[in-house]
Amino acid sequence: MQQRNDPARAGRLPPRRSLASRLMDLALRPEASVVVVAIVLVVYFEATANNFLTDANLQTLSQFVAAPVILACGEIMLLICREIDLSVGQVFALAPFIMEKAYNVGIPVPGAIVAALFVCALVGLVIGLITVHLNVPSFITTLGMFFLITGITLTISRGFPADTPNAGVLNNILGGWGYAEFLWALGLVALMHIVLRHTRWGLHTIATGGNAIAAAEAGINIDRIKIGNFIITSTLGGFCGILEAFRIGSTDPLAGGSNIMFLGVASGVIGGTAIAGGAGTIIGGLVGGIVLGILQDGFTLQGINAFMFDIIIGAAILLAMIANIQMARWRGMRPQ
Amino acid sequence: MTDARTHAHQMHGKEALRAEGIVKRFGSVEALSGVGMHVAAGEMLGILGDNGAGKSTLLKILTGYHQPDAGTIHVNGAQQVLGSVDQARSRGIECVYQDLALVNGLSIYHNMFLNRELLRPGPFRLLNHRAMRERAMEALADIGVNIPNVNLEVGRLSGGQRQAIAVARAVHSDARILLLDEPLAAMGAREAGQIIALIERLKARGDIAIVMIAHNYAQTLEVCDRVMLMQHGTVTYESRAAETSPAELLEIVRREYREMRGG
Ligand SMILES: Nc1ncnc2c1ncn2[C@@H]1O[C@H](COP(=O)(O)OP(=O)(O)OP(=O)(O)O)[C@@H](O)[C@H]1O
Ligand SMILES: [Mg+2]
Repeated sequence: MQQRNDPARAGRLPPRRSLASRLMDLALRPEASVVVVAIVLVVYFEATANNFLTDANLQTLSQFVAAPVILACGEIMLLICREIDLSVGQVFALAPFIMEKAYNVGIPVPGAIVAALFVCALVGLVIGLITVHLNVPSFITTLGMFFLITGITLTISRGFPADTPNAGVLNNILGGWGYAEFLWALGLVALMHIVLRHTRWGLHTIATGGNAIAAAEAGINIDRIKIGNFIITSTLGGFCGILEAFRIGSTDPLAGGSNIMFLGVASGVIGGTAIAGGAGTIIGGLVGGIVLGILQDGFTLQGINAFMFDIIIGAAILLAMIANIQMARWRGMRPQ
Repeated sequence: MTDARTHAHQMHGKEALRAEGIVKRFGSVEALSGVGMHVAAGEMLGILGDNGAGKSTLLKILTGYHQPDAGTIHVNGAQQVLGSVDQARSRGIECVYQDLALVNGLSIYHNMFLNRELLRPGPFRLLNHRAMRERAMEALADIGVNIPNVNLEVGRLSGGQRQAIAVARAVHSDARILLLDEPLAAMGAREAGQIIALIERLKARGDIAIVMIAHNYAQTLEVCDRVMLMQHGTVTYESRAAETSPAELLEIVRREYREMRGG
């Protein structure tokens, strides 16, 4: 009694917590449930399709996982500040063509990549400015952008695929080597995790989505945060498209699109990012992407037919999201 | 009124904040129609008035959150445009907002350092979580509010605890001009007493000017040097606290209300 009211101690003494309670905390982290799901799926597919954990298959898996995870890094930042980018899959397709055009007018590959990323960043800036200053919901802004950029890509490519420029060893680093794209994804996950958890930008992103008025009252420029996160997302989308172009060796104007964008968003949400904003985790997005990849790859190995496959993936996404929301509720109800 | 002002200048330090002819419109609503106020270092001004009188709007203009449609603001004797919250803060102005300006999903210590984060040395400008945690614990212990753990999310706290966090944040920011919008609204009696004691300690330092919006006449007269009554976007009465009483203030409010309805 005395102790509890002693002002000098009030802020200092963290309550003693048992190991069980700490484990419980860990188990209730948004990422934890998805990690468990991922492990269960690996065990299941290794048991039923016995060529699951082979080098060849892991490479396939890593290639499937990389793109959604990279896109998730951006979408998670946007979801946290209550926005979304439906057009990121379009920027994904556009970027390699800009790179190719720049290369063809004599700019060396690294410069051509920078030029392409600059255009992608510009797309993000335009989306952000329209959304923030003209008060158009980003769902609508980026839906418009979706069609607009598809049209631009088809126009500058005339509807034909383009070969990826050859830049020697750079090609291997940028996606030619089997695991290159996945390693890029891991690197970007690490970078964006640090941005979200250990920089003012990340903290202000969470504050903007959690309580925009409070953030503004604290002096945070919420418009700047949102526009910046649109730019990050578009740039990551473009970079991902370029990696994919180097892996495959050519680019199709209809690559990416809504499919890859939704996989990115789904990875984030399955990993524990709240659709309602104010909370999210980049690591969760990585694990979410891995879960989606395992499902896709595992069922392919099992030889399930294509129609059945979509049904299973759809149901799995729904289940994962329901689990995610229920977990959040349990966390909320737990007495401290 | 002139009397009260000269007196304030004698008793207290230099004038810290002055606003004149402040007008603020929200669409067709005129929230402030030519409001003036002033407060000196070491002085505490109380602002009273009905709901919707424009008290919070005035405060948000003084913090740079809103921009006035007309009027001037002087900080420490020099005319200033408070174009943003950061600008006002850089001139020493801090505020406890009526809505507390807390983000529920963030921890207590992140909220206490929101937009004034402590960074680790080095080129990467990473957050110094540990330093923020420690300083937050000290700040809370200092104002004597019982908060078990600064890692807790603010959304899990009681209304009074949340208010304590908001007050501790403003008080521990080294502000020279402290604006408090109903800082005691959700507090229990013991906690309110602690916050008042804290405010009086700050006042006694003599170098901090404090403006407090409140609804409790008696409490306001007790802690403030001067009070100001606002109604419908104007200042209708101003007095030294010692020279008026809750009954008198209530009578003025009633009279004005009657006049307004009559005419
Ligand atoms: N952001 C805003 N947009 C539109 N109108 C506003 C806004 N903020 C305040 N108002 C209007 O301005 C007027 C004054 O509001 P204000 O919040 O300043 O009152 P108050 O004196 O603080 O009242 P209370 O005691 O209830 O807190 C009200 O009519 C309110 O509706
Ligand atoms: Mg108010």
